[in-house]
Amino acid sequence: MDPTVVDLSRLQFALTALYHFLFVPLTLGLSFMLVIMESVYVMTNRPIWRSITRFWAKLFGINFVLGVATGLTMEFQFGTNWAYFSHYVGDIFGAPLAIEGLMAFFLEATFVGLMFFGWDRLSKLGHLFVTFMVALGTNLSALWILVANGWMQHPTGSVFNPDTMRMEVSDFGAVLMNPVAQAKFVHTVSAGYVIAAVFVLGISSFYMLRGRFPGFAKRSMVVASAFGLAASLSVVVLGDESGYALTDNQKMKLAAIEAEWHTEPAPAGITLVGLPNMKEQKTDYAVKIPYVLGLIGTRSLDGQVTGMSELVLQAQERIEHGIVAYDALEKLKANSDDTAARSAFETHRNDLGYALLLKRYMEDPRQATPEDIRLAAWDTVPNVPLMFWSFRLMAGIGFAMIALFATAFILCSMRKHTSARWFWKLAVFALPFPWIAAELGWVVAEMGRQPWAIDGVLPTFLGPSSLTPAMILTTIIGFTALYGTLAVIEVRLMLAAIKHGPVEDHADLATERAQEPQLQVTA
Amino acid sequence: MMEWLDYEMLRLIWWALLGVLLIGFTLTDGFDLGVASILPFVGRNDDERRMAINAIAPTWEGNQVWFILGGGAIFAAWPYIYAVSFSGFYLAMFVVLASLILRPVGFKYRSKKTDPKWRSRWDWALFVGGFVPSLVFGVAVGNVLLGIPFHINSDMRSFYEGSFFGLFTPFSLLCGLLSVAMIVLHGAAYLTIKVEHGVVHDRAKTYGTWAGLAAIVLFALGGLMVAFTNMGYRIEGAVDPLGPSNPLRAETVQAAGAWLANYSAHPWMIIAPVLGFGGAVLALIGIRGKKEWPAFAGSSLAATGIISTVGLSMFPFILPSSIDPRSSLTVWNASSSEHTLGIMLFVTIVLLPIVLIYTSWAFKVMFGRVTAQDVKTNPDFY
Repeated sequence: MDPTVVDLSRLQFALTALYHFLFVPLTLGLSFMLVIMESVYVMTNRPIWRSITRFWAKLFGINFVLGVATGLTMEFQFGTNWAYFSHYVGDIFGAPLAIEGLMAFFLEATFVGLMFFGWDRLSKLGHLFVTFMVALGTNLSALWILVANGWMQHPTGSVFNPDTMRMEVSDFGAVLMNPVAQAKFVHTVSAGYVIAAVFVLGISSFYMLRGRFPGFAKRSMVVASAFGLAASLSVVVLGDESGYALTDNQKMKLAAIEAEWHTEPAPAGITLVGLPNMKEQKTDYAVKIPYVLGLIGTRSLDGQVTGMSELVLQAQERIEHGIVAYDALEKLKANSDDTAARSAFETHRNDLGYALLLKRYMEDPRQATPEDIRLAAWDTVPNVPLMFWSFRLMAGIGFAMIALFATAFILCSMRKHTSARWFWKLAVFALPFPWIAAELGWVVAEMGRQPWAIDGVLPTFLGPSSLTPAMILTTIIGFTALYGTLAVIEVRLMLAAIKHGPVEDHADLATERAQEPQLQVTA
Repeated sequence: MMEWLDYEMLRLIWWALLGVLLIGFTLTDGFDLGVASILPFVGRNDDERRMAINAIAPTWEGNQVWFILGGGAIFAAWPYIYAVSFSGFYLAMFVVLASLILRPVGFKYRSKKTDPKWRSRWDWALFVGGFVPSLVFGVAVGNVLLGIPFHINSDMRSFYEGSFFGLFTPFSLLCGLLSVAMIVLHGAAYLTIKVEHGVVHDRAKTYGTWAGLAAIVLFALGGLMVAFTNMGYRIEGAVDPLGPSNPLRAETVQAAGAWLANYSAHPWMIIAPVLGFGGAVLALIGIRGKKEWPAFAGSSLAATGIISTVGLSMFPFILPSSIDPRSSLTVWNASSSEHTLGIMLFVTIVLLPIVLIYTSWAFKVMFGRVTAQDVKTNPDFY
């Protein structure tokens, strides 16, 4: 493969996916917060809760359409830019995508129309049901796309078929029940809930600071605090579950995150900060806390976390076996009835992907020298400093979010949230951080899987379509221009809607003022 | 497992489901695309355009899922088709996606400001989001009928050797225009149901009439070109419908007129083109005779017939290769494994009826005509 094509394809995927994920998590969380707010409306019958729901739904809508728009690109990009990937794993990878469409997209897209247009046509309970279906649909969509992504991280339930030259499903249950996918799903949706809670908390605090719509803002803050505390706790706890899943299933990613160059005696210490040095395979200025990594990673005192050097040695061995599989596969291509080749292939087929790593250096992996094999084995180490720091930033923000929402929750419980000016400022300041953490999470997940598109199965550099750099550059420029324009428009509309505030029905505001005679807020 | 449901049958079912998806997309999102394609013309001022927009706004998003599901289902059931077609039609695909991306934002953002310039820009964006995909889909189908310049190597990597502008030939443009006509007819028929009688309604009837006439003429012309130009492919020798999905294991040749061979072998297939013409005629009669529901039924039948005609004429081909016919993708060599097809069939049988039930419910909730009064007073309208 032309390395420029590979790099450009990766760049386009990274740009479009990271951009898409600016909108998705807010949808995931805000939809459920709308359900909560509307439930309060249905139960209490107080019009202010209707206004609250409708206002946040308006912001939800502005955000939602960009999630849908950019999602279109994602659904087709595997085919347009990653044709060989699509052929190679479509038998498994396509299924969750199709199920996502059938089970999730239809649900959210059909009901979202009713959510916006059905206020006068549905009963209160009927409309709440519709809102709940939107939330359910968006979250189911996350489930299925993470089943697909989880399979890329940890490809279970599948084998390579030499007759079709691709991976095929052997156990669909294993693909569904993939531990990596399960851990990723709960971690990712919780992150979405945190983002939505910060969004509501931050904007409500902004209103408090300006002394606008206090009755509306303080109620929204209460919902956000409770929801956000639960979500931020679960994002870290379930993120830890994700880490635990890595111990068994993605050893290299874990070792890279922790800059664990060599296996240490159990229980290993965790490196809190330091400067990972790829060249010398060590971490400069490392500050270590003893035992912690072993405890988190293996949940035991005697389990070992394998280091990168040891994993590279294992990779080297798998490349050697992989070459045997590759040789057998070439013989089977020429003659599919060659029984000796078939049995040789079957013995080593799980290592075929490792032989393909050599294709970076040569057309035919069978020509590899021991030096080539050593080089290819070292390619299995991802970019350690990037992993190390992305993870630490993400986790740091995660812990900060717990602190933020714990504070918010305490303030709300003590009824101090209506006067804690310092906290309002903090909440507004916090607005961008959960997004940064979410994007970094994807950097850790996807860069940590490199050099693989499918862990141990298909190297990323073999995945792209047979395109020219000029074509990919054209679409990168096109998408960037289009997405950039839409981002500017979206942010402006969002700000305008926030500035305008929850005013659409004068009766609601009159009720609100009547209910809040005692509230004093200085602007 | 049921005996008759073998790999061959599963492939046939999934080939049919591919058709169901395309038809489902055309029958539902087709009218959204059609309405958008005539939006700047059926509505000459903001209120009129808002009538047309709000006729489709509450339900278009669900309809669009047919397109997204199409992508996912082709990926799952026909991974070669997904890989070869979308990477081959690379720039055309970008044009389609970029146009379609304008729709969700167009519908939502247009109403956020009252500035006439702002609204007019979004109107044209929505027009692009309707017209361009309708045209390109048709052009793509035309190219598929002609054969696509790709070949597959022994690793099953595909190489496309055409260019973006090479996609536009007289025949493929004709198919593109047929697609636009069919979709505009459908959109116009839908508008006559969804907006109250008045100026928008009248214009929809006018555009629908022209689109219906154009569809009939273009469909007939297309048929003549298929019959009398050097078009069509044929598999030589034995085919194993139960064999592994490996395109390089059968011999295929280009054969003039081969796209008509199925009609003499299986005369019942003539139903499809008859439905295409008959549906369009019914739609025309309905539109002119103020019978709005029959008009919509007619445009639905026309789209069903036209799409089925393409599928049946090409069977068992799905993507023939013009430069290396041996690489051609067919029902027998381009599917997923038997296991995956079986699971996906089960999932579809369970989930699709549920989707159809709540989609019908959504249409029922939103039933009724959009009136000029609604547009002025309903705060939820776009």
